[in-house]
Amino acid sequence: MTLDTVKHAAETPDVEQPWKELGLKEDEYARIREILGRRPTGAELAMYSVMWSEHCSYKSSKVHLKQFGDKVPENDAMLVGIGENAGVVDVGQGYAVTFKVESHNHPSYIEPYQGAATGVGGIVRDILAMGARPVAVVDPLRFGAADHPDTKRVLPGVVAGIGGYGNCLGLPNIGGEVVFDECYQGNPLVNAGCIGVMKHEDIHLAKASGPGNKVILYGARTGGDGIGGVSVLASETFESTGPAKRPAVQVGDPFQEKLLIECTLEIFKEKLVAGIQDLGGAGLSCATSELASAGSGGMRVELDTVHLRDSSLSPEEILMSESQERMCAVVEPQHVDRFMEICEKWDVIATVIGEVTEGSQLEIFWHGEQIVDVPPRTVAHEGPVYHRPFARPSWQDALQADDAGKLPRPQSGAELKDQVLKLVSSPNQASKSWITDQYDRFVQGNTVLAMPEDAGMVRIDEESNLGVAMATDGNGRYAKLDPYTGAQLALAEAYRNVAASGAKPLAISDCLNFGSPEDPDVMWQFAEATRGLADGCLQLGTPVTGGNVSLYNQTGETAIHPTPVVAVLGVIDDVNRRTPIAFAEEGQLLYLLGDTREEFGGSAWSQVVHDHLGGLPPQVDLDREKLLGEILISGSRDGMIDAAHDLSDGGLIQAVAESCLKGGKGARLVVPDGLDAFTFLFSESAGRAIVSVPRSEELRFTDMCGARGLPATRIGVVDGESIDVQGEFTLELTELRTAHEATIPALLA
Amino acid sequence: MTARIGVVTFPGTLDDRDSLRAVRIAGAEPVSLWHRDKDLKQVDAVVLAGGFSYGDYLRAGAISRFSPVMETIIEQAKAGLPVLGICNGFQILTESHLLPGAMLRNNHLHFICREQKLRVENAETAWTADYEAGQEIQVPLKNMDGRYVADERTLDELEAEGRVAFRYLDMNPNGSLRDIAGITNAAGNVVGLMPHPEHAVEPLIGTGRTDGLGFFTSILKKLVNAS
Repeated sequence: MTLDTVKHAAETPDVEQPWKELGLKEDEYARIREILGRRPTGAELAMYSVMWSEHCSYKSSKVHLKQFGDKVPENDAMLVGIGENAGVVDVGQGYAVTFKVESHNHPSYIEPYQGAATGVGGIVRDILAMGARPVAVVDPLRFGAADHPDTKRVLPGVVAGIGGYGNCLGLPNIGGEVVFDECYQGNPLVNAGCIGVMKHEDIHLAKASGPGNKVILYGARTGGDGIGGVSVLASETFESTGPAKRPAVQVGDPFQEKLLIECTLEIFKEKLVAGIQDLGGAGLSCATSELASAGSGGMRVELDTVHLRDSSLSPEEILMSESQERMCAVVEPQHVDRFMEICEKWDVIATVIGEVTEGSQLEIFWHGEQIVDVPPRTVAHEGPVYHRPFARPSWQDALQADDAGKLPRPQSGAELKDQVLKLVSSPNQASKSWITDQYDRFVQGNTVLAMPEDAGMVRIDEESNLGVAMATDGNGRYAKLDPYTGAQLALAEAYRNVAASGAKPLAISDCLNFGSPEDPDVMWQFAEATRGLADGCLQLGTPVTGGNVSLYNQTGETAIHPTPVVAVLGVIDDVNRRTPIAFAEEGQLLYLLGDTREEFGGSAWSQVVHDHLGGLPPQVDLDREKLLGEILISGSRDGMIDAAHDLSDGGLIQAVAESCLKGGKGARLVVPDGLDAFTFLFSESAGRAIVSVPRSEELRFTDMCGARGLPATRIGVVDGESIDVQGEFTLELTELRTAHEATIPALLA
Repeated sequence: MTARIGVVTFPGTLDDRDSLRAVRIAGAEPVSLWHRDKDLKQVDAVVLAGGFSYGDYLRAGAISRFSPVMETIIEQAKAGLPVLGICNGFQILTESHLLPGAMLRNNHLHFICREQKLRVENAETAWTADYEAGQEIQVPLKNMDGRYVADERTLDELEAEGRVAFRYLDMNPNGSLRDIAGITNAAGNVVGLMPHPEHAVEPLIGTGRTDGLGFFTSILKKLVNAS
C-alpha cells in the first residue's frame, strides 16, 4: 500500500475515505476538507476522527458544560480550573490537591477486567500529568440487577480489574459506591476517581512552547490495542449485533504504570519538563495536538521513531492506538540527557519523537515523508459543537404523578422490622465488604478513613496532620424523577458526606453518565442535570474543577437512568479530629439533625418493598446543607461529636444499622413527637445526619444547634446489643449483621 | 546511639515508604536501599517491604531474588544479618531459599485486604522479642498470593523447632497450611510473614492500632544492646 502523504492527498481529491467507519458524520468530514483545503490524509483523518469523537470533543455537551465556567462561585481555593487534565485546589500549608473522576463504561462491559483496570490507569495518569503524586483512588460503580447472570460476569471482572491495577500501583482505594439497577444491565457504569497532592510550585500544565524544545514519548511501547476506543467504543450506542469490539479495549500493565509514576515524579522533582501530557483516549493524536494547541502551535514529529510492540502497525494505527502507560513531555534541550538518565534508572523506555517549531502547524512525518500538516487547534480545541435538540420527555409528568406516598405502608411493629431487614439485606443497601476487601486501603500508610465510612480520608502531611477527604455520590433513581433536583441531591449528599467526616468541602468534580445525546429526552435530562449542578455549586460555593461526560450509555433504545456522579473534595486541618461513622461508646446520645418529611419518591424503601419508581425525589435545600455541614465540622473540631453518619438512601434506619454494626454497639431509639415510626425510619429527606454526642457535650452541642437554627432532635442512646425502636420492635445485632453481610457474597462469590 | 535499618526498593515495591516510616517511629535510622546496588550502606538490619516487585511477573518474588542487592543480602543473612520480609518481601525470602516453603495464590482466588488477627508463636526471634509468646495481635493483611505451602516434612520440622513465628487466628484468609502466617529461620535472624506490621504503627492510621510497632522496636533493642 502506498503511503498517503500530504502531497498525495492534495493530488488525489477523489479517493474514497473511511470517515463513516471511523465514526465521523458527513458534515464533519466536509468540515475537515474545508479546514485543510484538500482531503485529509489517512493519518489526518485518523486524528480528526478520534479527537472529534463525543468522548474527546464534548461536542454534544459543551454548550451545557459552559455553565460550570459561567456560574463560578467566589472561591479563592481554585488554582487551576476546567480544561486542564484535572483541576487543582489550594488546601493550605503550601499544598495543592488535584482530583478528577472519569468514566470507563463501555470498555468495562466488553472486557470487564481490562476495561476497569485501564480506567484506573487513565485517571491516575491524568493526576500525575498535573505534577502531583497520586495518593488515593475511589470507584463509583453501577451494575445491572444483582441477581442477573450477566452481572456475575461483569462485576467480579470489574472489581478484580480495579484491584489488580490499583493494588499493584500502591494507591489506597478509599471510597466509591456500588449500585445495582436493571437500567444498567447492558451498560454498567465504571467511574474511577483519583486524588493527587503537590506543592503549589509543582503544578504542571499540558502545553508545548519554546521552539527547539524536544518532544519525548516515554513509558510503554505502542501496540495495536485500544484503536478507536474513544470513537468507535465510547461514542456510539451499543447494538447487540455487529462485530466484536474487544480489540478496541486497551490492555493495562500496572507494573509499568508504577514505574512511570516514580520516574515522572523524579523528573518533576528536578524540574526537567516544560509541559507534559498523559496518553489516554485518542493516544498520540490527543497528546501531540493538545500540547501543540495549548502552546505556540508548531510541532514536528517523526512518527517512525516511536517504539512499537508490533512493528507492522501503520502510521494511522500508531496515531490512534490507546496503548496504556505512556506519557509525552516537552523538554528543553539541555535537560534531555538528565531526563533520559532518570528514565533509564526506572527501566522506562523514552524516545525523542520530535520538537516544538516556530510555525503554527502540527507536522508529522513517516520515514521522511509528511503525512500530517494541520493547525493543531482545529484538531484539539475547535472541534464541532452541537446544539442538540432537547425536550421534556412525554412520560415525565406521568412518572412524577405516580406518587410513592400512596404505596401501602407497614401496619405493625413486626411488619416494620420485617421491612427493615429486607432493606438492609437488599443488594443496594447490603454491606459491600466482599467487594471493597479486594482493594488495598492501607498502602502508603496515610489512610485515616475508608469504606464503609461516609468519606475516604488520607493524611497528606505527617508533621501537621493536614488531610483531605473525598466522597462520591449519585442517585440515578432520583435523577430519573427529576434530573435538576437529582443532580443537586447527588451534590448535596457528597457534600454532606465530606462534612460528616469532619472535613470542609472545597470543590467538586463530576462524571456525567447519560444515554444517547441524539435522543431529545436524554438531552433534556442532561441539560437539566448540568443546570442543577451548576446552580447548586454556585449556591454551595464549591466550584466544579473539571470532570467527564459519558454519553451513549444505552443499549438499543433504552437509556440508563440519568446518572450524574458528583465527587466532593474536602480538607481537614488535623486528621485527629476526623469523625467516623461507628457508634462505639455506650451511653452516648443520638441526635437527628435536620427535618424529616414524608419523602419516599425514588427511595430505597419504594424499590425494595414495592419495586416502584415514581413521584418526586426529596426536596433540596442547599442553604440547609451548608448549615448542617458547618455544624458537623464544628462538632468534630471542638470534640462535641464522636460519630456522625449522613442520612440518604435507606433513610435513618440504614444509617443507624451501619453505625451500630461498625461500632459493634446497639441503639435504643424513640420515635420523636410529630413523626410516625415508618416515616422516622424510612424517609429519605435530604439535609440530615445522625450524630453520637458524649453526655458531657450535650448542652454545648444543642446550644450550638439552637443558636444556628438547625433542628436537633434527641432520638436515643447507644446501648446494648440490639437496635430497639421503642414500642415497635427489637432487632438483635447478630441477626442484623447476618442480613447485612450475607447478601453480596451469596450473589457473587 | 541508634541502629541503621535499610528498606529495599525494587521496581514495583509499594510499602517501602511505610516501612521507612515504621523504622523512624520505632526510633531507628531509616536507610533507603536500591535494588541495583550491591552496597548495603552499612545497615544493621534490612526490611524487604511489600508490593508487587517486577509486577509479580513469572512468580511473586522470583525476579527480585536475582537483583544485585539480594546477592549481598543473601550472603550477609547467612552470616547473621537480621532480615524481615513482609508480604512480597516474604515471597522474595522463600524464592531466595533463606526461608523454606512457597506462597501460592489465595485459595479463594481473590485479592484480600482485611484486619487480621495473629498469634505470635515465637517471641525469641530478632524481630519478635518485644512480644510475648502466645500474644494476639491485629495487623492489616493484603495479598493475592499468600497461601503458605511446604511439604509435610518441612512443616513438621518448622513446628518441632518452633520456627512457625505467627499463625492466623479466627480466620485463615488464604488457605495457608497449618494457619501459618509467618516463619523464621533456625537462627532467628530471618523472619518472613504475609501480614503487614508496618501498616499498624500509628494509632490513627489504618487499623487504628499500633500492634505492628513491636517488630521494629524488637530489632532496635536487639541491635542497640548488642553494640
